[in-house]
Amino acid sequence: MTIVYEDRGDETAGDVPVRRIKFTVNGQKKIAEVEPRLLLSHLIRRGLGLTGTHMGCDTTNCGACTVLVDGRAVKSCTMLAVQADGHEISTVEGMATASELHPLQEGFKEEHGLQCGFCTPGMMMAAKALLDENPDPSEEEVRWALSGNLCRCTGYQNIVKSVLWAAGKLRSQSAG
Amino acid sequence: MYPSRFRYEAPHSLGEAITLLRAGGEDAKVLAGGQSLVPLMKLRFASPELIVDINNVPGLDYHRADPDGTLHIGALCRHADLERSGLLKTTQPTMAAAAPLIADPIVRNRGTLVGSLCHADPQGDWASVMLALGGSVVARGPGGKRSITLADFVVGPFQNVLDPDEIAVEAVVPAAKGVRSGGYLKLERRVGDFATVGVAVAVETSGETVTRAGIALTGVGGSTIAATAAQEALVGRPLTADSIGQAAELAAQAARPRTDHRGSAEYKRHMVRMFVERILGRVDTAAERAA
Repeated sequence: MTIVYEDRGDETAGDVPVRRIKFTVNGQKKIAEVEPRLLLSHLIRRGLGLTGTHMGCDTTNCGACTVLVDGRAVKSCTMLAVQADGHEISTVEGMATASELHPLQEGFKEEHGLQCGFCTPGMMMAAKALLDENPDPSEEEVRWALSGNLCRCTGYQNIVKSVLWAAGKLRSQSAG
Repeated sequence: MYPSRFRYEAPHSLGEAITLLRAGGEDAKVLAGGQSLVPLMKLRFASPELIVDINNVPGLDYHRADPDGTLHIGALCRHADLERSGLLKTTQPTMAAAAPLIADPIVRNRGTLVGSLCHADPQGDWASVMLALGGSVVARGPGGKRSITLADFVVGPFQNVLDPDEIAVEAVVPAAKGVRSGGYLKLERRVGDFATVGVAVAVETSGETVTRAGIALTGVGGSTIAATAAQEALVGRPLTADSIGQAAELAAQAARPRTDHRGSAEYKRHMVRMFVERILGRVDTAAERAA
């Protein structure tokens, strides 16, 4: 994997420290050579080509870049890629199988949980972390869990409905 | 946005980390949760040459109480761990009230209490909570450990007293001598915004009498403010509408708010008064119910 940096003339190539890291993304083992200042969001989007993880504010506010690190939701613009060494990363691309949408994706479709769709991958990853821990959340708990993710289109109503829809489907699947 | 170029080390022991910091001097920074440091580096407000990431150091993610009730919070204990903590819910009302109000749920998964204290943002919530509780920070350096009370630890906005080769390894909350009660209230425009006003109150009572009181204010001055006169107004007598009113007034007087986009100075001062009254009002009610 190669990432090309701008040469700003302020350093020589030999000064660039590069570290080799091993990690998994959506269950697949990866090795990458990264400069320590590379952000996890950049590794995911540019290094791995997984552009479902969106960069919104780039200042830890909006949550569009949310991914799971060892199952916990993390804003990937606020973690260094080098810190992924030895850890498991899950992105929105890991949700669907070849033939089936994840219940959360289905829920967002059924309940019209998106308009422009920019915040959606982050919303779904934050929601996934919630449902993995709490399969039967109340509306209040869904709102609480998504309070680190901003949406400028929907007013959140349908996003909350989508997550509750997915929770219901996941529960009926595990019961059946 | 990228941070400036830096060297990165992720040692597996505190000893190694301290050695690296010693070699790095003023240009080295410790990285724990990174929820303040990484944004600062991206905005180039901070450009350390060496980052010493302590996330691989084992045994720092604890929070636990000694048999006497003294609480220890390790440098890698995340806000989310504290938010979910049964121990805090039963023994630390001020901390339990503050934990769910730190930043947003995703930031809480990574950010740490100790890191937040080190960052020393005047609008940081934990600094007020720890100041109200009489807490301290334990620092480890080449010469061993030292304990620094929070009042001495933070010396100004974004400034603490750590030497460049010291690491804050844990925060400590002393055991309560009486029955501990209190709370934390925060006015924020939206989740994740900095506090417009935050008030931390921690009181200890023995029978009806208040034996210790801590009141600290977030976001209404150049640094976290200990409302000492307000505290004194409560100690040595029962909590009454009169003493609560006095403490609230004195706390409002201790605030040094500035008018900005989050509200006018007058409004912020008023909210300090209201928050002190609300928190202490609840304590009073709880005591009455118990009696």
